[in-house]
Amino acid sequence: MAGVLAVAEIREGVVRSVSREVVSAARGVAGPLGCEVEVAGVSGRGAGEVAGALAGQGADRATGIEAAGWEPGRVDVGAAALAAHIRGRGHVAVVFAATGPGRDLAPRVAAKLGRPLLTDVTGVEVDGGEIVATRPVFAGKALARVRVKGAPAFLSIRPNVLAVTESPREAVTEVVSFEPADGVGGYRVKGFEASEGAALDVAEAEIVVSGGRGMKDPSNWHILADLRDALGETAALGASRAVVDAGWRPHAEQVGQTGKTVTPKLYFAMAISGAIQHLAGMRTSGVIVAVNRDADAPIFGVADYGIVGDVLEVAPALAGAIRQLRED
Amino acid sequence: MNITVCVKRVPDTETRIRIAPDGADIERDGVKYVLSPYDEFAVEAALQLVEGAGAGQVTLLSYGPEAAKESLRAGLALGAHRAVLLKGEPGMDGWATARILAGELEGGGADLLLFGVKAVDDDQQQVGPMVAELLGLPCATSVAAIDIDEGVATCRRAVEGGQEVVEMDLPAAATVTKGRYEPRYASLRGIMMAKRKPLAEKEAPAARTALVVERLDKPPPRPEGRLVGEGPDAVPELVRLLREEAKVL
Repeated sequence: MAGVLAVAEIREGVVRSVSREVVSAARGVAGPLGCEVEVAGVSGRGAGEVAGALAGQGADRATGIEAAGWEPGRVDVGAAALAAHIRGRGHVAVVFAATGPGRDLAPRVAAKLGRPLLTDVTGVEVDGGEIVATRPVFAGKALARVRVKGAPAFLSIRPNVLAVTESPREAVTEVVSFEPADGVGGYRVKGFEASEGAALDVAEAEIVVSGGRGMKDPSNWHILADLRDALGETAALGASRAVVDAGWRPHAEQVGQTGKTVTPKLYFAMAISGAIQHLAGMRTSGVIVAVNRDADAPIFGVADYGIVGDVLEVAPALAGAIRQLRED
Repeated sequence: MNITVCVKRVPDTETRIRIAPDGADIERDGVKYVLSPYDEFAVEAALQLVEGAGAGQVTLLSYGPEAAKESLRAGLALGAHRAVLLKGEPGMDGWATARILAGELEGGGADLLLFGVKAVDDDQQQVGPMVAELLGLPCATSVAAIDIDEGVATCRRAVEGGQEVVEMDLPAAATVTKGRYEPRYASLRGIMMAKRKPLAEKEAPAARTALVVERLDKPPPRPEGRLVGEGPDAVPELVRLLREEAKVL
């Protein structure tokens, strides 16, 4: 039986950690369907290295897809090459990560194959030989259970939600090459401008420290930046819409509706009241900590742990305590 | 410069969502609807581009129920020139929606197709690039700013860690996110003029879908939160709980 394809995310030659979640999700459906898992990544040259890097991700087969004309950002070329590969192999399901690059890529590939796509999946199972996925709708106010008829089923999974299952094995590696033509062209990548100070994007971070209006002044942000630094390299800053609209912080940091949806393992809502538009972007986080002067702030309704108090006093104490913990 | 913007009417984020008795949809009665917020950015982008070009039209296209006419009139009041409603009930299958929209757009001659990066109801971020695939157009997603010069659209994409600049040969498609475009308000004159602007209605072809929405459920409630204490004095206990109970530090 044709296998389940996990589409890995590779940046500058490094396999991103979300890829393991994608492989785990693929493994979760391949088991009941009785088929193998293939993990694949697209590159321009050096697809052998890609296959090698993917060999330890827990799949049975690791494929480097060499696409002529591919370079970072060329989603049109990547989509055409992936579609050609899926057509050739006849996968029963294809799983992506619902990250920025995954959201860009997945609908194009699904459309080329003439198949629907379910994005931001937070649960997946096999029932009666068919894939049934769960995904949030209406800003997380409801969960939809959706059955996919026919194959391949296209899914993208929301990062940091599905458990990573260990299935240690060394995959059979392979390189395939394509000269994509289908739907390619008229699209050129001219450059990339890194945002100031953003080493890690808020949507990718395992820990998020978000600030709201209650920070009182943009000059107080160094307090949150210090807390982020204390939490380590996997932490990033976030912001409420109010502070972005006020010009205190860049839009890239905005969490919630008209900003980013984040699902970190740990989310700090610092001086954020918790408007529904903000909750829409962070309510599926693992553990939520809220610090707010107003004991009646709606954010405490979704927080696992709350402190009533002034963030300008609590955040420095928290940063100090975490540094102490890390030293011990 | 002719631009078509595909827009969707969605429940307001503030609105309370109740599951319908059949369990496979929400209660539609009493729900307040708005134009999806990202579509507002796309409409604003289209208006600014056509105004900047000094010639051309902005067309709004929506696939939705009769009541979506309100949203289209609202867009006409902002300055769009004409609108088309494909009457039907869009489901969760973005591929089905994309085929219906592409069928209408095929051969329409727009230089640029714009979409909101996502609709805030189903939140799938897929219809724009799928329509582009169907029409064989280049497509840039998550675009914060667009400049057009000599048949080339230069787009600044909001991506992880920064902005990526891409160029597309027109005709092309783009999905718009928050960035350069601050949605304008309708003027009284705009609202009056909108009543006389063309708004075509036709039945959408039947949606063909391979997805079955079996059930909607309320998300499981988060476990009851705990108030750890007040002020900086509560910090040691918070850190202990994060480490020993939640095991996240």
